Amino acid sequence: MASTYTPIATTTLGSAAASYTFSSISSIYTDLVLVANGYITTSAQGIRIQFNGDTGTNYSNTTLSGTGSVAESARDTSGTNARLTYDASWSTTTSDYAQINVSIMNYANTTTYKTFISRANRATSGVDALVGLWRSTSAITSITVFPAANNFVAGTTFSLYGIKAA
Amino acid sequence: MANTYTKIASVSVGSGGAATIDFSSIPTTYTDLLIKVSSRTSATGVAENLLVKFNNSSATFSNKTLRGSGSAAVSYSFTTNGFGGFLNAATSTSSTFGNTEIYIPNYAGSTNKSFSSDSVTENNATEAYALLAAGLWSTTTAINQITLYSDSSGTIQQYSTATLYGISNS
Repeated sequence: MASTYTPIATTTLGSAAASYTFSSISSIYTDLVLVANGYITTSAQGIRIQFNGDTGTNYSNTTLSGTGSVAESARDTSGTNARLTYDASWSTTTSDYAQINVSIMNYANTTTYKTFISRANRATSGVDALVGLWRSTSAITSITVFPAANNFVAGTTFSLYGIKAA
Repeated sequence: MANTYTKIASVSVGSGGAATIDFSSIPTTYTDLLIKVSSRTSATGVAENLLVKFNNSSATFSNKTLRGSGSAAVSYSFTTNGFGGFLNAATSTSSTFGNTEIYIPNYAGSTNKSFSSDSVTENNATEAYALLAAGLWSTTTAINQITLYSDSSGTIQQYSTATLYGISNS
């Protein structure tokens, strides 16, 4: 089997942290996949993402989400970060692990804006599919993931994989 | 370069169908598991639930589901069994099989196990579904066995396939 799905970096938080950043991401892959699994310290919060430390109003999202009783869709434009979750915001309950799988396509090109798909899950609160846009033509070299408030707990895991088209 | 996306096992259902698709003795050497399923059931109707057991248990599962039919989107909860997705059923267009992908992070860890499921049951007819699901198995035991089966006592039909992959982060 060709080695086209390669671990770039992984961490299990040893202590609570307000964010986690993958830095110095090589441009040798075609696409990226980020997998996160965990919960947060106090009060349920949505999980957000920024690229290359950009805090400008360059992010937008479209969300399709379900709470278990309501199906809904929402949009955000010109945000300073992008959502990775909507109804599947992360919980403070140790038994209630949440999961996010993010696919970031063509992340290293320097011609087009960058898009991604997030599939977020927390079985006690909701299921989400989100698409996001970062309006920058820069290659993505760092990715920061953070809760809208509060901290990730120790034991939360983050893994980043590179996928090669050839 | 590390080979981190590895086939662990694959099942192809033969003549006569099968009550279950089983992956057993799953090693703990990977970080995450991914199951890709193409399946159809003998159960009545156009589509049916694809259920899942971990370690032969159907208890302590919870789920939130978002389902689109082509004309409406609905969301509902599912707690009576492990919900793994959807598969085409007996009255769907012949030779059409549901497509499901289940991702299980940290399956060998000591925390409760979350998992996601994406399914489609497209069959070029009036009734078809796209489905996203969030699942949780509230058990801290490492997953060493996964069983897939049809709701409503359906038999999984010949030519159904399932492949289990292990993904390593190092």
